[in-house]
Amino acid sequence: MSTETLEATLVETVKMNGLQAINAALMEAMEADPKVLVLGEDIADNEGGGVVGVTRGLSTRFGTMRVRSTPISEQAIIGAAIGAAMGGYKPVAEIMLMNFTTVAMDMIVNHAAKLRFMSGGQSQVPMVIRTLTGAGNQTAGQHADFYEAWFCHTAGIKVVIPWTPADFKGLYLSAIQDPDPVIIVESGKTLFVPMDVPVDQGPIPLGKANVVAPGSDISIVSYGQMMFTVMQAYEELTRAGVSVEVIDLRTISPWDKETVLASAEKTGRLLVVHEAGRNFGPGAEIAATVQEALFGKLKAPVGRLGAPYCSVPFAKKLEDAFLVQPPEIIAEARRLLAMA
Amino acid sequence: MSETSENRVLENRATPDARTQLDIYRRMIRIERNDDATRTQIRRGRITAPYYSARGQECIPSAISVLLNNDDKICTIYRGIHDMVAKDMPLRPLWAEICGRVDGTCKGKGGPMHLTHPETGVMVTTGIVGSSMPIANGFGWAALLDGTKQVTVAYFGDGASNIGAFHEALNLASVWKLPVIFVCQNNGFAEHTRYENGTSVDRISQRAIGYGMPGYTVDGNDPVDVYAHAHAAIERARAGEGPTLLECKTFRFMGHVFGDNDAYMTREEKAEAMARDPLPKFRQKLIDDGIATAEELDALTATIEAEVNDAIEFAMACEYPSDDELRRDVFAEEIPAKEYMA
Repeated sequence: MSTETLEATLVETVKMNGLQAINAALMEAMEADPKVLVLGEDIADNEGGGVVGVTRGLSTRFGTMRVRSTPISEQAIIGAAIGAAMGGYKPVAEIMLMNFTTVAMDMIVNHAAKLRFMSGGQSQVPMVIRTLTGAGNQTAGQHADFYEAWFCHTAGIKVVIPWTPADFKGLYLSAIQDPDPVIIVESGKTLFVPMDVPVDQGPIPLGKANVVAPGSDISIVSYGQMMFTVMQAYEELTRAGVSVEVIDLRTISPWDKETVLASAEKTGRLLVVHEAGRNFGPGAEIAATVQEALFGKLKAPVGRLGAPYCSVPFAKKLEDAFLVQPPEIIAEARRLLAMA
Repeated sequence: MSETSENRVLENRATPDARTQLDIYRRMIRIERNDDATRTQIRRGRITAPYYSARGQECIPSAISVLLNNDDKICTIYRGIHDMVAKDMPLRPLWAEICGRVDGTCKGKGGPMHLTHPETGVMVTTGIVGSSMPIANGFGWAALLDGTKQVTVAYFGDGASNIGAFHEALNLASVWKLPVIFVCQNNGFAEHTRYENGTSVDRISQRAIGYGMPGYTVDGNDPVDVYAHAHAAIERARAGEGPTLLECKTFRFMGHVFGDNDAYMTREEKAEAMARDPLPKFRQKLIDDGIATAEELDALTATIEAEVNDAIEFAMACEYPSDDELRRDVFAEEIPAKEYMA
């Protein structure tokens, strides 16, 4: 992908991957605000600075009272983060993998997300939950799921799934200072592919999508590591003369309806692509909203691509079939383009 | 039930002085009068809510709360109004919340199972069994970072000692030496299941051994015994030595949820447990020890009844919350009216 075709940039940039960008955001946030804390399994330097090294260096710089490795106790991790947040701190709690949020759901859903509302605004829970997921590494059905729809369905928690390193940095800086709980999903490939990041990348507001490429024939909305797949399809469609508008949603809840609706109204065709299951996935919510708002203005029904209704499989052949691939996006786009 | 291990015995027992004993009694009678009034209002149909009465358990939070400062925190559970009343939460906003009114502590959005009142340290009341404990740890961590001597008490029932949150929370509190006191109010029943049919140990305090912290089984109907153990636990927490597990044995007079028919126990068993009512016993002790006269205690009761009645009438006169409250406090920023159904 050539970034210069996507965004004219005059700012000084540095190449880094998502992992480095998150690390830089945490360093900056902890340096600027002594209330920022980090906790999770293996996250301190004694334990390797995180399972893939996202938090490397933090405990050495800020001490193990602010950067605490925890037992393998997800409820205890989120509970401690909630209490510390209500006690005036801004904890960033790592749940190593998104599938492991399942064993902390009570703390996340019944408590972190709801305590502000249930207390009539007396309680604030300004915390961030970091978690990693994504298929493609043959980790099968308990280490790779995208469960963002569950959290989007829960009022009171924001859901952020960045794609680019610059977005990781900017969205983390915002999430840490947000007065409400935010879950940020780091999807496998997004941590390891280097891209340009402005040297002084500051906070990027939550709830704002990014129009990655402007176009007029069809709009494609996606987020997280699926954006890599979408960009491959984008390039092929572009070469074939189709003008595709690509939107990186970035924040899944609350999502940027304004940007998506404006784009769908302009092109008349919308395709939503995500790695999460298609069944009851975020694409269903987006499609329903767009069709409610633009029923007479669309040239085709809203298309949705996502994982099939099964667990993430192990065998590489099955995993490839499970994940949405560029040819499927191209075929679906062409199907929508062929309509009226 | 067979005793498979010895109960740990507390050395250096602190004893409450006369003034403190009177303060414990004041809190106990405030809980009892408030509970009685709640049940009366439910029977009269003036409030509609599931109610988990703590009648019989008054002594535990009362003898603990006299040792807590206003900024010490509690995290409690749906059977927890006694814990809040013991912490001296004002009754007017408490009642307004029970009645679902906008002047309630939570603007009518939490209700009797989820009261919050940070000014008196009532930080979280959870409707989920066991969930007070992991959150209490977070307050403990914050206190360590702040460098204060603040402590947090996590209240829970005997049933909660069988849920994962208890085990994760006790382990973490011990590893991090958090200033948290885990107080199990063991009333003998987990909802409708007898203690021995659901719990693998004779005493919940034995579980402290597995988490490397002191654990004591306490007579939860004896204010002096609860005070002595709470004193030791709170001193230990304030000294930075870490958490303690207190199992306070007691009984709930009104079953699991108010209206319960108690079919899961015999009449004799219930009568015997209720004969151990901590209130008349403690009242007699105060009189016998010359700490207060019967007349003085009656006057105290009358003052408290007036406070409860005032709170009820205040609450009943308050407005219900506006429907706009549905889009407030979801996030810090209010959700615009045009979007909130979207």
